[in-house]
Amino acid sequence: MAKLPEQRPESLGGYVVHGVPFPLETDPDALAFLKRMAPLQIEQEYRITYLHSYGQDSPWFAGAANRRLLATTDPVSGYTYATPRGNDVYTGAETEWIDITHRPAKVHAFTVCYFGSEEFLPECPYVLALIEYEGVNTLFLTRLMGLDPQQATLDWIGMRVRPRFLRNSKLKPTDVYFVPADSTED
Amino acid sequence: MRPVYVVSGGVSKFAKARPDRTFQAVVKEAYDYAITDLDLDFPTFTRCVDGSVASYFSDHFSRQLMAGIMVQDYLGLCPKPGHRVEGGGATGGLCLQEAWKSIASGHMDVCVAYGFETMSHVETWKGNEFIALASDVSWDYPVGGFYSGYYAMMVTRHMKEFGTTVEQMAHVSVKNHLNAYHNPYAQKRNRYTIDDVRNAPMVAWPLTRLDICVMSDGAAAVILASEAGLQRLQAAGAALQRPRVLLTGIGRGTDAMRMADRPHVDYDTFLRDYATEQEKSSDETRAYYKRLWDHGTRYPGVHSFRAGRTAGNMAYKHAGISNPLQELDFIELHDAYTSSEIQTYEDLGLCRYGEGGPFAASGKAFMPGLDYGLKLPAKPVCPVNPSGGLIACGHPVGATGLMQGVFALWQLQGTVDKHFGDRALQLKNPRRGAIHSHAGTGTYVTVSILEREA
Repeated sequence: MAKLPEQRPESLGGYVVHGVPFPLETDPDALAFLKRMAPLQIEQEYRITYLHSYGQDSPWFAGAANRRLLATTDPVSGYTYATPRGNDVYTGAETEWIDITHRPAKVHAFTVCYFGSEEFLPECPYVLALIEYEGVNTLFLTRLMGLDPQQATLDWIGMRVRPRFLRNSKLKPTDVYFVPADSTED
Repeated sequence: MRPVYVVSGGVSKFAKARPDRTFQAVVKEAYDYAITDLDLDFPTFTRCVDGSVASYFSDHFSRQLMAGIMVQDYLGLCPKPGHRVEGGGATGGLCLQEAWKSIASGHMDVCVAYGFETMSHVETWKGNEFIALASDVSWDYPVGGFYSGYYAMMVTRHMKEFGTTVEQMAHVSVKNHLNAYHNPYAQKRNRYTIDDVRNAPMVAWPLTRLDICVMSDGAAAVILASEAGLQRLQAAGAALQRPRVLLTGIGRGTDAMRMADRPHVDYDTFLRDYATEQEKSSDETRAYYKRLWDHGTRYPGVHSFRAGRTAGNMAYKHAGISNPLQELDFIELHDAYTSSEIQTYEDLGLCRYGEGGPFAASGKAFMPGLDYGLKLPAKPVCPVNPSGGLIACGHPVGATGLMQGVFALWQLQGTVDKHFGDRALQLKNPRRGAIHSHAGTGTYVTVSILEREA
């Protein structure tokens, strides 16, 4: 069994304190003493819901919700973006949608996150990966599943992978994730 | 453009948390230090200074919009001109360069660049979330937004592509922590071994906690002046340090917010658009790169920062530097990760792309005269992060690039002993140094050259 950590985790929250220590009289000595007072700290909550638009990238999310992985391509140069862009950065021209769901793909780079942003802490450890698609000029950031995070190895780079889709779309880029191409589960 | 002098600077003690002061008062600590070091009093300097540039990264950390004007007000600088700059981790470097522009253009004769960050107001995991919001919130953040994860992906590719090892990265951590042992402004002043670094808790494979900088509260301020500004300060009674220090070169570069979108250019494009003058002129280096490309390397991919290379090339050209390793006496660079220090060695032309790992373990970037407990095959050539860098000093984002400017100034003035109370980090007779500030996954990068007057 692993040793307990030496430090207990810190968190906010706790008792509400009514009554703050303060000198009974504000005589010069007492006022001078205030410069030696420890700072008061209060909690301030900040919560907001945004109505976020995917704008010109919206078809990608509609495609993922329907088990299709889309990309965009410059109609003249053929420069292709795994993460879609409405316009090509070299020509400025409007791009066109293409379907890359069944193209060969492999891991370009990856990591195993044992810590993270607050929103993703419950999912640790998770594997982040950049996917390289055949005939596509840019990479795609995703989650890699079906691997043991404890067995991370550079050999994962170059591994053939294939996309899988959430059955219940959340309209997020995580509607698609990748698994080793030889994975038999579906 | 007029010559720009770096006149004075100050840094607050970087700490995990500074609840004893509001951010305005923490900035004033650094600001007052810079003024006092000129032997001026507050009202006299207020009369001398023409305006300011403010630097802080995140409105989220302080939950305060327009915090810059609150600092301007607290420092008694209203109604003088001022503005805030923001560019992620490079905010401090951008701020210094904006102040440089104010002087160089003739718009101001004395300008103060100040910066801060108060990252302690939220827990570390919430802080990671705020920082990760500096990645595309449609495509990157929702996948598991975490900057250490982004940098870990870069390094797995660097390792695969070039054979870089975790032990080479750990050399950077040992070096920077030990340097900071002699820097009283640093947040973490510890002696570590390679094993300590590798056995620290894993954060994002293969980066451990000791491969990564920490969040901090802190502030820094740098005062710049023109020739006329120097005369004005002197007439007001300022004790100006000799030798004088000039900011002789600035460079900036940018890259895509989404790391996945970076290009993978061919050999000819790399050589034409990105290679340093030194690389272009060497048959051996061109052949070395040809071999890399023949084996599949493409540039910048996710293993390199073309923004850093662009900024470096631009600053070197501006300052007349052709061989940075030999012509720079030190560099304070943005080591948010040990791996990114290695990537930056390559971007700044201290070694060739792919050779950053062996360079890290060679000893060339270490300080002379310090015992790191390591067997280093080469002598120091160009110490990198003599202050301890972000990994050990801390990284209060808006202050970081300015902190580098202050430490570089003190190196070139030869006043490290006076400010640190310790001579260990004072290089012998340094003439020229570079500071490097870096944002996002390499989205904004600045390089500035500071030079002691002959």
